Amino acid sequence: MSLMTKFLTAAAATALSAGAALAEPGLIIDLGGKFDKSFNESAYTGAQRWVEETGGDYMETELASEAQREQTMRRMAERGANPVVVLGFANASTLEQVAPDYPDTNFVIVDAVVDQPNVQSIVFSEHQGSYLVGMMAAMASETGTVSFVGGMDVPLIRKFACGYAQGAKAVDEDIEVIANMTGTTPAAWNDPVKGGELTRSQIGQGSDVVFAAAGGTGVGVLQAAADEDIMAIGVDSNQNYMHPDTMLTSMVKRVDNAVYDAFTAADEGTFESGVEVKGLEDQGVGYAMDEYNESLVTDEMEAAVEEAKAGIISGEIEVHDYTADDSCPALSL
Amino acid sequence: MSFLDIIQILDSTIRLATPLLLACLAGLFSERSGVVDIGLEGKMLVAAFFSAAVAAITGSVWIGLLAGIAAAVVFSLIHGLASITFRGDQLISGVAINFLAAGMTVLIAQDWFQQGSRTPALTGDARFGTIDLPFADALSGVPFLGPLYADALSGHTILVYVGFLAVPATWYVLFRTRFGLRLRAVGENPGAVDTAGVSVVRLRYAAVLICGLLTGLAGAYLATGLAAGFTKDMTAGRGFIALAALIFAKWRPWYALFACLLFGFLQAVSNRYSTLDLGIIEIPNAFVLALPYILTVVILAGFVGRAIPPRAGGQPYVKER
Repeated sequence: MSLMTKFLTAAAATALSAGAALAEPGLIIDLGGKFDKSFNESAYTGAQRWVEETGGDYMETELASEAQREQTMRRMAERGANPVVVLGFANASTLEQVAPDYPDTNFVIVDAVVDQPNVQSIVFSEHQGSYLVGMMAAMASETGTVSFVGGMDVPLIRKFACGYAQGAKAVDEDIEVIANMTGTTPAAWNDPVKGGELTRSQIGQGSDVVFAAAGGTGVGVLQAAADEDIMAIGVDSNQNYMHPDTMLTSMVKRVDNAVYDAFTAADEGTFESGVEVKGLEDQGVGYAMDEYNESLVTDEMEAAVEEAKAGIISGEIEVHDYTADDSCPALSL
Repeated sequence: MSFLDIIQILDSTIRLATPLLLACLAGLFSERSGVVDIGLEGKMLVAAFFSAAVAAITGSVWIGLLAGIAAAVVFSLIHGLASITFRGDQLISGVAINFLAAGMTVLIAQDWFQQGSRTPALTGDARFGTIDLPFADALSGVPFLGPLYADALSGHTILVYVGFLAVPATWYVLFRTRFGLRLRAVGENPGAVDTAGVSVVRLRYAAVLICGLLTGLAGAYLATGLAAGFTKDMTAGRGFIALAALIFAKWRPWYALFACLLFGFLQAVSNRYSTLDLGIIEIPNAFVLALPYILTVVILAGFVGRAIPPRAGGQPYVKER
């Protein structure tokens, strides 16, 4: 009898733990792909770090097309994932509709604000990070012209461009900043050939430092910069390793931390809805230094950038945010 | 706009026009024989993947090129099998090829390299290097023509020159050889060709094979000449622009060259200037990018001459018994 009770208790315990394990966090990788060496890959890295540290499991799917957003989000919620983390501004309108249908599921959206009681919105101060790499670009440039290649032409990418131009102009008022967008459809995140061609065109106009904020298209930008022997700046993930002698730095955006924190909060039951802004002060954005770019970045450069960083954090330097009023004083886009 | 700007735009035009030109000539052979091919995009994509993948594995771009061509030819044969042998709908077969290529390349890339549906970045001999045309350095001092030759025409990869030489070659084959005459005839009136005792099926397969070869070159140029490796969906609609160019060129090789150069030029201009300032009016970038399609519609609507497709295009040939 007592043996029977033991069995039953054990079975109940297993069932309970299985029940707990069912509430795994979920991650929906956005268009551009898991290993885009940039935005999505950063999110994936954060999820992997959480798995390594906690030994937990999470659900993951990858979008194959724009049309799958709603279906994927709903399926993830119905399979019991909690929280469901979605990446990218393009999910905002979909999540706005989906979230109220699953009041018991928490959602986290990166890069956009969705005002629902069960949604946490994480946005980054990309303009601040871009400002810092813009300064580095201007200091490294010998021709007095620097450039920017964006992916799809959306306010978020213009925010990068605007911060970059402000940083460059803070160092040298007369510097020329050329900005190009790859396209106006999501295909603009995946066209390395056009990215390379835009870069060559900018080099033709005198640019010798290019900043790519273009997802998979950026791979072509960085490659063209390496081929033509000019400096390039990566984005989102640390991309310095891709072309060791020509990568000046990378504007890192710690999407990995955002995902990691969301997963951890779910574990601890400390999920909070609302908007969370991650900027320079909490290491949400920054510039990457490692063994691949230390020969390109001078001490003087690093000192100036550190000073500006402190200035931005203290509020002494104000970097204009494009998305605040849809305009950019430093750059006509 | 200085002279240097113009040279750089022309340089970019040549790079951007080459994949369009190769794909356009591929479509020309296929459609002239009566096989409509909207699968150019898919064939370029599969060639781009296999050329980059094999070049990455073997370290030799030439082996990669052969693999890319082989892959495109296999896809051409699938199209041929469906539309010539089994007399299926050529449009549906073309669409199927595009979908198959888009899915298959990503899947195999992930299985082989685990780098998120892309191949490793190609370096050194795994990529096509640029070649300088003879006397490029010596002539660069000549005013006007010198820079044009040395900076715009010279310094491309070998596939660019292959693409441009393919134009006279195509013209010669189509209009000066017996094979070309029969090929054109089979696209206009396959019944007559059959009556003359020439195999319609064999001619159409030959055209489809040449189509595979040329799309193979186009795809390999994208992945190993322009870019350094394959990324998902990297053809980005170039196969469809090539089809538009084919209609714009009224299915003729020299016109195809000019159509592709024009489309390449429009892309190069839109890359260079975010808005085109013509003094009086400013033309937005999006309009310049849309121009190839607008022009094609204008041509199709019959405003600028008439574009008459091969008469038997799209129809499977059924031998009378």
